Amino acid sequence: MAGGKYLLGGLLFIVAAAVGPFLPAWLISLLTISLASALVVLGLILLWRAGLVSFGQALYYAIGAYAVALMMRWTGIHDAFVAVIVAALAAALTAYLVGFLLARYREIFFAMLSLALSMILYGVLVKTEALGSTDGFNVSTPTFLGYAPHGFALTIALYWFALALGAVAAMCVSAYMQSVAGALAVPVRDNEIRVEYLGVSVTKLIHLKLVIAGTLAGVGGAVAAMSISHVDPAMSYWTTSGGFVFITILAGAGSVAAAFIGSILFELVRTASVALMPGTWQLILGTVLLLTILFVPGGLASLFVRRRKVAGEGAQ
Amino acid sequence: MLLGLAILTDGLVYAAYLFIVAVGLSLIFGVMKILNVAHGAFYAFGAYCAATAAGMYFDRGLPDAGGFLIMALAALAVGLVLGLILERTILRLVYGKDEVIIVLVTYAAFLILEDVILLIWGPSSLFAYQPLVIAGNFMIGPLVLSGYDLGLVLLAVVLAVGGFYGLRYTRYGRLLTAVIFDRETAAAFGVNVTRFFTVTFLIGAMLGALGGAAMAPKISVTLGIGVEVIVLAFAVVAVGGMGSMEGALVGALIVGLCRAAAVHLLPQVELFVIYAVMALVLVFRPHGLFTRAQPRKI
Amino acid sequence: MGRKSISRLAGFLGASAALSLALTGPVAAQDTVRVGIVSFLTGPAAVPFGIPGKNAAELIIDAINEGSLPAPYNSKGLGGATIEARYVDEAGSVANQVTEYRNLVQRDGVSAVVGYVSSGNCLAVAPVAEEMKTLTVLYDCGTPRIFEERDYTYVFRVTPTATMDSVGAARYVIDKKGQIPNFSGINQNYAWGQDSWRDFVLAMKTLAPNATIDRELFPKFLAGEYGAEITSLLTSQAEIIHTSFYGGDLESFVGQATGRGLFSRKTMVMSCGESAMFRLGNRMPDGTIIGARGPHGVLARESELNTWFQKAYTERYGTPPTYPSYHMAQSLLGLKAAWDKAAAAKGGKPTPEEVAKAFEGLEFDGPSTRIQMARAKGHQGISETAYGTFKFNKETNKPEVVDIVRYPADCVNPPDGVTSQEWLEGGMKGAKCD
Repeated sequence: MAGGKYLLGGLLFIVAAAVGPFLPAWLISLLTISLASALVVLGLILLWRAGLVSFGQALYYAIGAYAVALMMRWTGIHDAFVAVIVAALAAALTAYLVGFLLARYREIFFAMLSLALSMILYGVLVKTEALGSTDGFNVSTPTFLGYAPHGFALTIALYWFALALGAVAAMCVSAYMQSVAGALAVPVRDNEIRVEYLGVSVTKLIHLKLVIAGTLAGVGGAVAAMSISHVDPAMSYWTTSGGFVFITILAGAGSVAAAFIGSILFELVRTASVALMPGTWQLILGTVLLLTILFVPGGLASLFVRRRKVAGEGAQ
Repeated sequence: MLLGLAILTDGLVYAAYLFIVAVGLSLIFGVMKILNVAHGAFYAFGAYCAATAAGMYFDRGLPDAGGFLIMALAALAVGLVLGLILERTILRLVYGKDEVIIVLVTYAAFLILEDVILLIWGPSSLFAYQPLVIAGNFMIGPLVLSGYDLGLVLLAVVLAVGGFYGLRYTRYGRLLTAVIFDRETAAAFGVNVTRFFTVTFLIGAMLGALGGAAMAPKISVTLGIGVEVIVLAFAVVAVGGMGSMEGALVGALIVGLCRAAAVHLLPQVELFVIYAVMALVLVFRPHGLFTRAQPRKI
Repeated sequence: MGRKSISRLAGFLGASAALSLALTGPVAAQDTVRVGIVSFLTGPAAVPFGIPGKNAAELIIDAINEGSLPAPYNSKGLGGATIEARYVDEAGSVANQVTEYRNLVQRDGVSAVVGYVSSGNCLAVAPVAEEMKTLTVLYDCGTPRIFEERDYTYVFRVTPTATMDSVGAARYVIDKKGQIPNFSGINQNYAWGQDSWRDFVLAMKTLAPNATIDRELFPKFLAGEYGAEITSLLTSQAEIIHTSFYGGDLESFVGQATGRGLFSRKTMVMSCGESAMFRLGNRMPDGTIIGARGPHGVLARESELNTWFQKAYTERYGTPPTYPSYHMAQSLLGLKAAWDKAAAAKGGKPTPEEVAKAFEGLEFDGPSTRIQMARAKGHQGISETAYGTFKFNKETNKPEVVDIVRYPADCVNPPDGVTSQEWLEGGMKGAKCD
């Protein structure tokens, strides 16, 4: 079963990479942005399986994005690989430090505290006039190990880069979910105290999950920064976090692949709504979300994962 | 001295504003454990309806007091209608699901309602400034204060006392307290929990809309006023402790006074003083200042 | 994985892919030019800026297509080609805006984009426009950073920068109030408010070296409740209060401050006051110093074009055009002037490069005043500006602006090649005000 899943995932990855150059340019950029969101959503799914919902994931997303932007601005290093490593480290460190605090919280208090922390970062960024306050600033064009593409080649290169990151992240998360620590997520959600009696430190377990989710969000932010070529404080605003949670619900907690499909669908629906009804696109977005929750309660994951006692509904 | 007085009065007015805006959210959260994002839409609808009503009423030379009444009634009515629609058609389908799912349902409702406002009222702003003019202003020492702000403080007190009394001393309120404290046990004792949910949601929606109506004379009723209110209300409720009337009141007072102090002493930090207070309180009192300890379930 | 669920998922994906591909319209016909118009259609900036901008775009584009504009714009279309407009909402994240910009160009096949109110969006979109070699006219954003940070070939901004607005405000204050001892400010706590205030303070430092700053207030955007700020301003020593508030924030603040008698003691300087003037009417305090981010609306010079614009706009939308409408109108007219010039030189449909070449350094008349593309290698427009004092005319029951003072372009804009910040900090050297 697990082997088949990896095989299918690998196949999808190859197909996605191969069709890239034949897609219209606008669609490739859209897919790259979706992949950035999908990385954040992967982390949120990990947390959600343990019963935690972060309304402040934009904190790490913005940290990752600003880490890349500042590195390029101050050091003159433009390599995308270095950028992603720097962003991952910055976000992981933030998550690690914040984790000492956050890991003690559950339910809505976890959501509120994570929201407050991301809003404090927002406030600090808005007050930092040297970095352009709410206007933000441009991010230089990345290079890839010395290869410096422009125009369409750059669009494709960024897409492949994001796709590769997504594939690596998906494999890691998938492997983590099958490890003992990962599998303990659902028991933690169902009954923490019993897990403690098994001799596992729930706080440490959740701290680890926070760092993993934060790192993923940081990498997502790095990809977004390079793809948009701009960073601004709104990346850490609560509505950004809300958008990620939105996609997480759309995707469902059951599957890693759902994070990617959910992100792409969300972006497609958004852009289609904007094009069709420029003045009332939120109405369409809200309706789609509502219909998804009502008629596909397990999220997209439930459409293609049959064995469904793993998470989501199973926990109820 | 003057500075202290200014911080106190401004802080009280801001606290009244926060309490009026947050009380509906706090109630719904306390009883139903739903973080109601659509609260922002209730607020906006209340403000729009009250402003529309004021626009129709005040230019006709009718007695002023009637205008206040009409604005309040318009808001309560729209809160009732929206609350009923939302609760009956959507929320009841997701009761018992994951809390996050319900948050997302209310988020979706918020997105839809925001655009419905645009469809009904169009992209223009409404004013209902007449009550502000009618209420006039008065002096405390050298400070000029608005009569309408005094009215807001009184309204906040009335809501707080009424809520407190209602929860403590009425049959309905006591049953509600039982539901808040332990849903399952209350149900086991024969309380119709679902009925309480419906009624609470309606009251919460009406309070949200009333908050909008109370603020309508002070603000330009325009697109996007709901979004800001959501986070403010969340912050107040998180500081005070979710679902507690005293909590919402104390939360509003703390945040209100801190913000007023920031404006007068250190205007640069005004932007994040609310979130800093929220984070600090959560760090030291994780469940807010006024939340009862949760029993451990093994 | 069940077969049924796979087919359901495939159906889901297929349907949405089809939906988005269906949006890819056919290629524009030979005699039409697609133009993307981006402005706030929803959210707090829609009412004061986005919608007036979009309305002006509709009006001007229809008139260009009919050839019904006054001379010299009375030829039909852009170089004879009919304009087909695509409207996009500017609300949403910067990522959304960059994505939608790419969609406009690569999916919808627009030849030019006119738009953007938010400076953040302008900064983010400009490099993308350059990369995609698409003519782009930024219409309302004010940050000088766009052309200070890099050079562009395809990006233009007809509307002068926000530096002009703050310098004009400072000059008017000094001209009318003399060497004031001190002043206060209340501005929104984000880039627009911070930049406006910084520029105003720097300009005042040169013009009134002895004036001190009394209160510097920065309530957050959409704060809604200004009680504490009003108390602080009431107890302030300064008579002059600068603000770059706009839209709902400005209207709420004015309402609350009027109630507490702030304006009977203080004079407000509102750099965006004109955009709220008609909505506030007699509730705007008399004596307020009003700006319109240029000599627009009630501050505009009389001309055939302006008379036409005022009349046509008021007839169509029921309210007079405010400055965002003027910004949009002059941006579209600049594009038309450049396009027609390039088309005439070539005798056919010009390439984006040819239009860009024609646009550089162009001089043309907007509805309100003459615009010279005289900064940033001919990509940034400058114009004169004007400030005036608000007065509500009780007889006609209409808001008016009196005591108008005009400042020439070189008096309120930094010289070419000097950044706003350097110019202001260096004491506005080279300003020509006569």
